[in-house]
Amino acid sequence: MRNVWTIARREIRLFFASPVAYIIGLLILLITGIYFVLVIYLAGQSAFTSGSASAPGPDLIIGLMVFLFLFAVPALSMRLMADEHRNGTLELLLTAPIHEWELVIGKWLGSFLFVFIIIAITFIYPIVLNSLVTPGIDQGLMMANYLAITLVAAAFLAIGTAISSFFNNQFAAFFATLAVLFFLWVVIGWPSVVMQGGGAVFDYLSMSKHFSSMQSGTIALSDLVYYLSLTALGLFLGTVAIETRRWK
Amino acid sequence: MIRTNGLTKDYGSRRAIENLTFEAKQGEVVGFLGPNGAGKTTTMRILAGYMPPSFGTAQVAGFDIVEESIEVRRRVGYLPETVPLYPDMTVFDYLKFMADLRHLPNGDEMVDNALELVQMEKRADGYIANLSKGMRQRIGLAQALLHKPEVLILDEPTIGLDPAQVVEVRNIIRDIGKERTVLLSTHILSEAQQLCDRVLIINKGRIVAEDTPENLQARLVGAERSILRVKGDAEELIPQISKLNGVQDIKVRSDGALEFQFAPGVDVRPEVARTVITSGFDLLELSPIGLSLEEIFLELTRDGGSTKKER
Repeated sequence: MRNVWTIARREIRLFFASPVAYIIGLLILLITGIYFVLVIYLAGQSAFTSGSASAPGPDLIIGLMVFLFLFAVPALSMRLMADEHRNGTLELLLTAPIHEWELVIGKWLGSFLFVFIIIAITFIYPIVLNSLVTPGIDQGLMMANYLAITLVAAAFLAIGTAISSFFNNQFAAFFATLAVLFFLWVVIGWPSVVMQGGGAVFDYLSMSKHFSSMQSGTIALSDLVYYLSLTALGLFLGTVAIETRRWK
Repeated sequence: MIRTNGLTKDYGSRRAIENLTFEAKQGEVVGFLGPNGAGKTTTMRILAGYMPPSFGTAQVAGFDIVEESIEVRRRVGYLPETVPLYPDMTVFDYLKFMADLRHLPNGDEMVDNALELVQMEKRADGYIANLSKGMRQRIGLAQALLHKPEVLILDEPTIGLDPAQVVEVRNIIRDIGKERTVLLSTHILSEAQQLCDRVLIINKGRIVAEDTPENLQARLVGAERSILRVKGDAEELIPQISKLNGVQDIKVRSDGALEFQFAPGVDVRPEVARTVITSGFDLLELSPIGLSLEEIFLELTRDGGSTKKER
């Protein structure tokens, strides 16, 4: 575990020293911020004109943030392993007395903590919202939403880490991650729309289905299991990818 | 201590190294000598725990390189061919990162010691991106020396250094080699000659010769060669000397001296000396010349390597 933390710490430091990470973080905060202000403004206006309006919920920005993560995560995770390979430093890490899984989990943890910080900053929005609406927002719903986005970020990044381990080129890793995330988020749910029966399997596999059920405030065990096992699968595949590199 | 037994590595259908068996003892500096693509880097990567061999076994510092890879990696300092550095880190942070991965109890101190050893302590807070190639090479070496490893594996350690730094690095390696095991690869022959207790010449993945630099020279010289320098025109002596029993292949060198060959065991030098004197010449020099390691190397790696020298 100590090695995991050593690797993760270097990764976080790298994120905070990298302009790309800052730009991505800023864009996420800026876009969600503008969206937040607009929604509040419009809700205020409609309340003014029609006399009453439904207050915006705490799930307000989470849906948008997940959409942004679909693009931001591949950009953040693409270099995790691919860069080590290009730099020749993979040879350094693989001849250091650490296990492959420690390396992969450390890389993932570093990127996850960075994204978690971005998620934590957006916590300002529900706090502001809470002070604007009476009698305050549904805090259970808010927590469910934040748990959902955190789990999604963990799974996205694990998939990104795994794909970065397979590729030597970070741009190849970017597009491959984008494609896989898009597939798991959108495409895999399609058959259940057309199919009369048996679509439940595809619904279960779809990341977005689990996300929206959590976003509505019900945390089912199956949702937790789904996201955690997807994260574990990503980290496992990443480890396998690094191990196979040795044999090449 | 390094001991290999039939080490073989295939990359797909290409065999990079074949059946390498050798040993490097504690307190010994062993040099790997060979042309590019001979399999030096592959062998070193296997011994450093980067990748497993296809066949064969090896023990490094008493542990099996496949079964106990982590134990091996704990005890090995490894400098790969391309120095593995993070340009976006400072020198100190980089070495501290490695010290943390190696769980060194007094990391800061060990980092300072390693930096002092390679004389880079003044650049500790500088970013690696801003260092020259020679400095990077020295940081790579500091990384390999950081944990005072039992076994040091250095892939071309002096490449890219200026002459003064080469001397420093060689001194460092020689010092370490007194107590620990050093395996280094080089294609600079004089380096192998100066630095190594033993040289392994490797070509096309096989060991073609293994001995001390001195013995290699002696062994490969099938016949002994001598140089004869006299006052005056040495060319006039050719008829008399070539008449002597055992003298072969006599020729005039560009500097005016004579060079000749004689079969081993039949020392004709006393005869030659007498002939010179009786012919009325003053003898200035009569000395044996060994083959340079350079020639041996070329000879061995030319076509699969014959150990006999043919002229």
